[in-house]
Amino acid sequence: MIIIGERINGMFKDIGEALRNKDPKPFQHWALKQQEGGAHYLDVNSGPAVPTEERPEAYKWMVNVIQEVSDLPLCLDSTNYDAIEEGLKLCKRPAMINSCPAERAKIERVFPMAVQYNASLIGLTMDKKGIPKDAENRVAFAMELVAAADEFGLPMEELYIDPLILPVNVAQEHAPEVLESLRQIKTLANPAPRTVLGLSNVSQKSPDRHLINRTYLAMAMAVGLDAAIVDANDDALVDAAATAQILLNKSIYADSYLKVFRTR
Amino acid sequence: MPVTLVKEKYPSKVGEVVLGATAAEGGTRTSVIRVGGDGTLPFLQFEGSVENRPIIAMEVTDIVPPWNDTIKEQFGDVLGNPVAMAKKCVEEFGADAIYLKLIGADPEGENRSPEQCAQVVKDVLAAVGVPLIVVGCEDPEKDNEVMAAVAEAAAGENLLIGLAEQDNYKSITAAAMVHKHNVIARSPLDINICKQLNILINEMGLPLNKIVIDPMIGGLGFGIEYAYSIMERARLGALAGDKMLSMPMICTVGYEANRAKEANVGAGEFPGWGELQDRGILWEAVTAAALLQVGASILLMRNPASVRLVQRNIADMMEQNA
Repeated sequence: MIIIGERINGMFKDIGEALRNKDPKPFQHWALKQQEGGAHYLDVNSGPAVPTEERPEAYKWMVNVIQEVSDLPLCLDSTNYDAIEEGLKLCKRPAMINSCPAERAKIERVFPMAVQYNASLIGLTMDKKGIPKDAENRVAFAMELVAAADEFGLPMEELYIDPLILPVNVAQEHAPEVLESLRQIKTLANPAPRTVLGLSNVSQKSPDRHLINRTYLAMAMAVGLDAAIVDANDDALVDAAATAQILLNKSIYADSYLKVFRTR
Repeated sequence: MPVTLVKEKYPSKVGEVVLGATAAEGGTRTSVIRVGGDGTLPFLQFEGSVENRPIIAMEVTDIVPPWNDTIKEQFGDVLGNPVAMAKKCVEEFGADAIYLKLIGADPEGENRSPEQCAQVVKDVLAAVGVPLIVVGCEDPEKDNEVMAAVAEAAAGENLLIGLAEQDNYKSITAAAMVHKHNVIARSPLDINICKQLNILINEMGLPLNKIVIDPMIGGLGFGIEYAYSIMERARLGALAGDKMLSMPMICTVGYEANRAKEANVGAGEFPGWGELQDRGILWEAVTAAALLQVGASILLMRNPASVRLVQRNIADMMEQNA
């Protein structure tokens, strides 16, 4: 299970302010703290903190300040592909691009960029019309992303398909559809593409967010989830991920498996 | 239609352990030996790097060993003289390393003192230039004293010392850390205990590249398939990135193979089994050859005739197949 730490995001007040003031401290603090929690990648998202035209510069700055303290690979999270490309140029370890929907114009921009920079790529099962309701249409978009990987020469193991989970309090019927999508996505190619979820979305504006998150994580892992963008400092969630990994026989059991999951 | 060679890509590899130390490194060995380091399944050079060939360490005992006559005859009058025995193993039989078993320490037997045992180790170190693997008599309490004395007396030689087990690993690990030796971590045919033991030893502060896994193999016909599958699983784990299973593996081939009746009784008793001479040699050699196929890095062997066969097998397997 690949844990992508979600905390370095301009939507959080401390990160947004720090980005505007060019203060590296909160970035470095969260990089280290998430690494300690068990993160394998660090998501990096400027949020709305800087205007669009300044985002390429902002991503360069963020990548540099984070890499000063952490060796973790980065997951560059933006819809501004110029900003992502500036970040990719500076990444010391192969990064992840977050993300590309199943829209032809964007596929043509992003897939070759992933190949050029040896990066992984998160593909979203949606297009301009939005997120489909059922598994069938999600999987149809996933197939387009798989075909694009083949077309542009992106190794299938570097493609992470995100079937897009929505909040359970307002879009409850999506949760089982996403599970079914995950199951089917793993059958689309051999080797199979990988799968990822922006997990915290499932519990937006619900009480007991941590409980909902980790329960859904375990359910999703059982049907083939490979990675999740989560709160890496939610210890109960990381414990659930480690335990699910053991119960799926993906890593060999030892009494200290919770600790081993966090060391590398 | 052309045939494409299927090549597995592994994200990680087996850790490399260095045995012995030369004068420049604070020891007195004439050369060091590296084991492990492979980035692929055993001998599959076409899909990954095979860094180091497996080695054979021959068993030398501090007192006359309770072995059968077909093996003893090959050693002649050096039995009971560890210095002469070690020299013969290296010079005549081509052993890569010496596996010194201090069976004389056994409280039920000669009950030699830790100081006497340490002296034997020093004598063997002075006699041969290859790295040494040293274990006690398998009495846990006595071994803790013996191995502490050995580790101190051989400080700087970068020995491989044993045995650390799940309920008795602290003192030997501490001795290895203080005097900079490597440790054998032994688990009873159990991959989960194997992994946990490595974690516990590592938590004490001994680096992962100072640990060697002893899966406690069974000999041919006596549980070798359990060891075989566990070793394969450990190797696959190491290649998949499981750091706590990424140590090279050591196998007590000579001890296990020669416990079998098939390696000890003559054709007079079991006519259907044929001559003991050949059977005994093959029992140990086949045990070793099977374990080489699942990633054994260090073979602890006894019968010189079996050693010769396995040396040829290793040389053949190491031929380039990329």
